[in-house]
Parts: sequence; C-alpha cells; structure tokens
Amino acid sequence: MKELLSILEQQPFFEDFDPKHLRLLAACAAERSYESGARLMRDHEPTETFWLIRAGQVALESRLREGTVPFQTLGPGDILGWSWLLPPYRASYDARAVSDLHTLRFDAGVLRERMEADPVFGYALLKHFTALIVQRLQAARLQGLDIYQNGGPGHVA
Amino acid sequence: MSPESAVALPDQAMAPRPWRIRARHAEIASDEVFSWTLEPEADSGTDADSNTPPAPGQFNMLYLPGVGEVPISVSAITDDGGIVHTTRAVGSVTRAMQDLGPGAVVGLRGPFGTAWPLEQARGRDLVLVAGGIGLAPLRPVIHAALERRADFGRVVVCYGARSPGDMIFRDELEAWGAHDDLDLRITVDRGTAAWRGDVGVVTQLVDRGGFDRRNTLAMTCGPEVMMRFTAAALERRGLKPEDIYVSMERNMRCAVGFCGHCQIGSQFVCRDGPVFPYPVMEPAFRIREL
Repeated sequence: MKELLSILEQQPFFEDFDPKHLRLLAACAAERSYESGARLMRDHEPTETFWLIRAGQVALESRLREGTVPFQTLGPGDILGWSWLLPPYRASYDARAVSDLHTLRFDAGVLRERMEADPVFGYALLKHFTALIVQRLQAARLQGLDIYQNGGPGHVA
Repeated sequence: MSPESAVALPDQAMAPRPWRIRARHAEIASDEVFSWTLEPEADSGTDADSNTPPAPGQFNMLYLPGVGEVPISVSAITDDGGIVHTTRAVGSVTRAMQDLGPGAVVGLRGPFGTAWPLEQARGRDLVLVAGGIGLAPLRPVIHAALERRADFGRVVVCYGARSPGDMIFRDELEAWGAHDDLDLRITVDRGTAAWRGDVGVVTQLVDRGGFDRRNTLAMTCGPEVMMRFTAAALERRGLKPEDIYVSMERNMRCAVGFCGHCQIGSQFVCRDGPVFPYPVMEPAFRIREL
C-alpha cells in the first residue's frame, strides 16, 4: 500500500489530490503486468478498470479496411481508460499492449461507488479525468486538422 | 530573455551571390520535401571561409532569376562550409526549385535573423519540439547539442509528423535514436498497420516529461497551432514561458526589416525573429488576423 501510494505521488495525473483521497485510490490499485500483444480493452465490451501505465506502450486501435490501425498510443505516465465513468460502461475501442507493459490497474467499479458516497472525492476524481479528456479531445482535434499538410512551415512564394 | 542576437547584417545584404547546388536529396518519397547542399560558386568572390556562417535558427534568401526569392531556414552546415536548405514545394518559387539539381546555380543572400539561444541552454536540460518540416530549422541545434553534449543536461527531441512516410531526415533520425544520451521521441498523426511507433500529436510526447521543469530551455518549430499547444504542454510540465522559444514564419521579402511584409505587431519576423521568446509572440497567437 505504501509503495503504491509513493508511486501515485510521483505521477503528474495524481498531483493535487487530497492525501486521504490518494490513499483511497492506492487502496483500489494493484500492480499488473501484461505481455506484448495482450488486449486490455476490447471495443463494446464492459470495462470497470483504468490503468496508469508505468512502463511500455499501449495502442488504441480501430479496425479499418487496411487492417487494425492505431489512432493513438499511450506510454509511461499516461492514463488508459475512462469508459468506466459513464454508462453504459463499455469500451469504445480496442487497447493492446504493443510492448511488455507494467501498470497500476485500478478497480474503477469500487471507485465509482466511493465517488457516489463521497461527492468531494467524486468531484476531485472527475475533475482530473475531465482535464485528461479535454486534453485528449484537443489532441484529437489537432490530429483531425491535418496541420502538417495545411498549416505547417513551408514557403508560399 | 532575447534570442541570441543575430549577427550583423551580412555584407551586400541586398545582393544575391551565386551558390551552386552540390547535392540534392529527396526527403520524402513524393519529393515534395527536398534538401539542397549549396557551395559558393567558384570565381564569384565568395568562398565558404569568408562567408558568414549561419547560426542555428537563421535563414537565407534563395533567389531564382526570373522566378522569385524565398526565405529558407538553414537545416545543416557541412564540415567544409556548405549550407543545407530543406524546402517543401508549395508555391511557385519552391516548385521551380524542386526541378533544380546538382550543378544549377542560384542566388543566395544571408544569413538573416535571430538564432536559437543555445548559449542560454548551457548547463540546462534542452527540449526540442518539432512538427513536420519544422524539424529542419531545429536540426542544426541537434547537431550542436551532440557536438557539445557535455554542455547540456538531458536532451529531449520530440518530433511529430503527419504519417510515417512524411518523416524527414530518416537516416539521421535513426542515428539520433541510437544515441544513449539523446532522448528521441517520434509520433505520427496517422499510423499505418505496419507502424510500430507512437501515434498522436507531438504535445503528448511533451506530456511524458523526463526533464527538469526548473532548469530546462525549450525550443519549438512547426505550425503555429502546434507551437501554441506545445507551449501549453511545456507550461503544464512546469516550464516558465520565458524558457520557451518559438520560430515564426511569415512572408519575408527584404529580410532586413524594411519592407514590413513579415511584420507581426511591432516585430519584424525577418529582423527581430524568426526565433522569438514565447512571451513576445504569445499575444499574436491569440489574434486571429495575425
């Protein structure tokens, strides 16, 4: 528990949490490793988990005509998974380990119950996840804008 | 606070001198991005020794008689004083440049503008964030950082490209990736089934940290929207705005701060830039018309 707490304290995502909330998060976390190729989430399937990636890389993927194509990768320090926050608590895409992975895996079902029971904790965790979601939304918009083709340095003369 | 001051205006700043294309290299398969290695034309009164060497971040004006003149940043200096320019063919002049190869002679005047503040980075972590062809103006900084590796703390290079096929300087990226003391992070906006690297915008590479927030100097070059989000990511990681430098691009004509074509507010990009401290340019990023 102490070790998990100390891991969380060093991660930017968990900065600013009240110590008692951090202890609660640590109590719902466990270290978990995955081999390269392992599926952590599958599109449409129920998910009651989120992960803090400590080492390795995860690809978020969708299936297209050309095959399974990654649209985002996550690495050390990144949080994977927010489908557990809102009904229907199902993943919206596949998540696959593209290298051996070391994570902290959180039991989000339990955390959700604690968020309902303690609105201060619930608001704090929701605020952190909202910031993360906004950051990812902005990133996805930049990706969609095709900025290197349409707005990059290059000379117009 | 200010970028390293530009060298004094070169002699005959308004008179192009003849330089010959020694080599031409397609940087991507479509040839839309290409590099020229230029050397002074023999008997032109110019030689590499007497020519003012460009500092990392500076640019030259390249002139094609009868076509026009364009500002192109310096992407490398060769050991014998040759100058490498990397260009994307997007306008009438750069498309005409695309057709020229070894042996052709073009006009060159420069170098102009401010340089990346390498001296200010001495003893600190150095974070370079490049997007697309924005890697070209930062390449001389990477060369300098590797040559003077002991002068800096951690050196982190974050590079974002549109797709794996749009990555430039591929051989060098491979070589930089093999350096133990250079942290090279590459991402592409659009992956392919065969791509095994990172996918996503370049700012997510900044979010992974790995540098000392209290003692880091950051330099970024790419589309303005990318630089704005990069600066936000760097600030989120604890950097002060004054420790962030951006390289701006505008339609530079005279290159010496007279004509005003490249003016942003009170700043002439050709003379006061192209490298600016982020706080100088940040207000301009918020003005849609600029």
